[in-house]
Amino acid sequence: MHEKTLAEQSKALAAGEISSVELTQHYLGRIETLDPQFNSYITVTGDQALEAARQADARRAAGDFNALTGIPLAHKDLFCTEGVRTSCGSKILDNFIAPYESTVTANFRDAGAIMLGKTNMDEFAMGSSNENSFYGAVKNPWDIKAIPGGSSGGSAACIAAQLAAGATGTDTGGSIRQPASMCGITGIKPTYGRVSRWGMIAYASSLDQAGPMTRTAEDAAMMLNVMAGFDPKDSTCINKEVPDYTADLDKPLDGLKIGLPKEFFAEGLDSGVEQVVRDAIREYEKLGATIKEVSLPNAALSLPAYYVIAPAEASTNLSRFDGVRFGYRCENPKNLEDLYKRSRSEGFGEEVQRRILVGTYALSSGYYDAYYRKAQQIRRLVREDFTKALSEVDVLMGPNAPTPAFDLGANTKDPVSMYLQDIYTISLNLAGLPGMSVPAGFVNGRPVGLQIIGRDFDEARLLNIGHKFQQVTDWHLQSPTGLTA
Amino acid sequence: MAWEAVIGLEIHVQLATKTKIFSGASTAFGAAPNTQACAVDLGLPGVLPVLNAEAVNMAIKFGLGIDAEINKINAFERKNYFYPDLPKGYQTTQLERPIVGAGHVDIMLDDGSSKSVRIHHAHLEEDAGKSLHEDFQGMSGIDLNRAGTPLIEIVTEPDMSNAKEAVAFAKKLHSIVTTLGICDGEMSQGSMRFDVNVSVRPKGESKLGTRTETKNLNSFRFMERAINKEIERQIDLIEDGGTVIQETRLYNGDTDEARSMRSKEEANDYRYFPCPDLLPVVIEDSLLDKLRGEMPEMPDAKKARFIRDLGLGEYDAEILSGDQTTAAYFEATAKTSGDAKLAANWVMGELSKSLNQNEIAISNSPVTAEMLGGLILRIKDNTISGKIAKQVFEALWNGEGKDADEVIEKKGLKQVTDTGAIETMIDEVLAANAQQVDNYRAAPVEKRGKMIGFFVGQCMKASKGKANPGMVNQILKKKLEG
Repeated sequence: MHEKTLAEQSKALAAGEISSVELTQHYLGRIETLDPQFNSYITVTGDQALEAARQADARRAAGDFNALTGIPLAHKDLFCTEGVRTSCGSKILDNFIAPYESTVTANFRDAGAIMLGKTNMDEFAMGSSNENSFYGAVKNPWDIKAIPGGSSGGSAACIAAQLAAGATGTDTGGSIRQPASMCGITGIKPTYGRVSRWGMIAYASSLDQAGPMTRTAEDAAMMLNVMAGFDPKDSTCINKEVPDYTADLDKPLDGLKIGLPKEFFAEGLDSGVEQVVRDAIREYEKLGATIKEVSLPNAALSLPAYYVIAPAEASTNLSRFDGVRFGYRCENPKNLEDLYKRSRSEGFGEEVQRRILVGTYALSSGYYDAYYRKAQQIRRLVREDFTKALSEVDVLMGPNAPTPAFDLGANTKDPVSMYLQDIYTISLNLAGLPGMSVPAGFVNGRPVGLQIIGRDFDEARLLNIGHKFQQVTDWHLQSPTGLTA
Repeated sequence: MAWEAVIGLEIHVQLATKTKIFSGASTAFGAAPNTQACAVDLGLPGVLPVLNAEAVNMAIKFGLGIDAEINKINAFERKNYFYPDLPKGYQTTQLERPIVGAGHVDIMLDDGSSKSVRIHHAHLEEDAGKSLHEDFQGMSGIDLNRAGTPLIEIVTEPDMSNAKEAVAFAKKLHSIVTTLGICDGEMSQGSMRFDVNVSVRPKGESKLGTRTETKNLNSFRFMERAINKEIERQIDLIEDGGTVIQETRLYNGDTDEARSMRSKEEANDYRYFPCPDLLPVVIEDSLLDKLRGEMPEMPDAKKARFIRDLGLGEYDAEILSGDQTTAAYFEATAKTSGDAKLAANWVMGELSKSLNQNEIAISNSPVTAEMLGGLILRIKDNTISGKIAKQVFEALWNGEGKDADEVIEKKGLKQVTDTGAIETMIDEVLAANAQQVDNYRAAPVEKRGKMIGFFVGQCMKASKGKANPGMVNQILKKKLEG
């Protein structure tokens, strides 16, 4: 059953070939047996999952169901889930039981989907390797010496290891696309404002966006159908009709104009990764697409701009973790200042503290204009670059990350080399545009994905383009060895 | 050396919305601690703010009420600092683009002249919770009911030069926000809180002195005292060779003591930046038009109308237009009685005196505007004299009748206007005071005017005040002159 895609499981449930309880039990068993080596889950909610599965089976029996009713899913541990620990990968929230439900997980719950548990992640979504988790690093199911990518590393790994057919992720600077690429799965970051951020613990509010992580584009379309939509509880959520993302999956790609940003194929890109990406683009030519080189002249400025804006927003978003009302509180505080300092110093990990310091500095009196304001100006230029390029072509394609998954520990000493992992993904977050990664090949046995970038609200188009590729390739169907259980 | 003070105010006005500025929790005052704070107010992880449209409307109305520009695109920023009653670690407020731009509030000074106090701007923001230090041994309590209550912070230019002007301004502002219905005006509950910035300089000097800020004054009386005390302190300090340091001060109204809270060096770097969870607020012309149509008559316009249409003097009009409830009471009284001047005299005189003595708000007055109007009608048609009217008023105040007619009837206070009866009474009085009659008649004409008062008094006494004083005077004069 775990080899089946989400769409296939949905059909099996509809045909009565399997019950949600059986499917859920099957996954819970696999998680128990296999996950200790990957560490992709922080919390497994077995009892609640089985109870929800029983209800889902009853709903199906009563004829009250949709495509996701009874489907087990995993949620990144930064979506607040009522009554369940929501840690955000941090010691500071290790004891935090969310008293309310995020819109994304509530949408899945209401659709009758089952939550298997909460997946591991870089603390507060800050990281590109999933090594910054209070709950330990996640290992790549394709090679347990390798990182799974981050920050949605747990979600990516649990799909690759077939410990769920679908998972939620979030993407602030590449946190869905880069781990999807490194774990050989499909992931899409929707347009900023397409999915509600209510109940998603914020890293950088103007960049954060939730999306599905699955094996296939079709599965991602099915999940996005449930996730997307206007939410009056999120002022940045956009009130725009949600199409049926599965409707146009099979649309032919004849005449599709693909742009290759030359800056995405410049120095620093691993030759193996480049080969995989160029091969994938050749497949699209076979499917009737034409290729054109385009330019994003300010792309190189994205990285420094992002590492001002994101830490700046994070530095104030994370002020609420102060040891006063919830979360970790230091032992025997001497006074208020001691309570603040020690609770935060002991509760936050090193990378989170580094970004809070960077962000605090960037917003400080006397530095604001040089850093934050300048970064916002760059952000507008980056957006203009994309708008211009996407007026010449329908979509852009390129790599997600400069290298395949690297070894655990390889980049932990040098934050800047770690930040360079995001060089092809973060410009998209700055521009607010949708982007997707689909499995496109391997380099030394480690998966590499193709990044596809679209115009605002072009998610259906991206999913169509991904799906057509998956009709003629089988990279997405391959699975790591040693997963039998 | 002669000194002059320069005073500017910052006023926090709690808006009378039903729910908070960024959440659906109630803003009602007085609930048990932390029962009116939802996930958003508590700053739980993952929550997001949604702007309360009613708060925006109220801020706009304030801007329209003080003749200010409304910034059609305004935006929220985060002001970052750590404090236990600030759940998110930042206050959502406006800095670079406030909703209300420059405007003015006109006040009347003691000498009857008027002065325009310029408003620099007013912005929307959320209130913090409350820290309670008294009730917990060795600990502080935090009540987050107030967290997220919508405020407008109004910032004036330093246009006031003494405590009286500042208080006149504060009262006028109170009148404006209560007339607009955007604030309940309950100062004791913290609905309006004044921060006063005070500096002094030698008279004639144009450069400003170093200012201090005294925070959170919540009564006009405390404000006046705190300002006077601070002016005095600064002058004494400078005259003794010291210098004023820029600092934030606290004034305790109960002990009439002020102390330093923190100096400028200890001030936070608030790291303001645009709040990424909220979009800029765009105000459409259609909304402005709609709100303009809902504007009540403002105190200045009301005052002008009282002078123009009701014939009141400047001073009476100023007093009676200042407070919404008083103005409504006065207008109702004037309407019932058909005599605005008498109505003004009674509202500002007898009624105001009784309300003050008993510490009762005019809205709870036992004598309603209709009762007072009815009473004035009886003065006008000579049923009772002005003096008896005061007795009737007192009886009405004490609940001894449902209206003036009932009291007059029950107590037999109807004025005696029967010429025969009055003549008989006068004859008796003159007979009983033969000596004074002789003195009167012997006196030179110019002194008689004063002397007649004695006989009038005796007659009124004999009639228990019920005799028509005009008739008594007239008949007395005739009889004495013989």
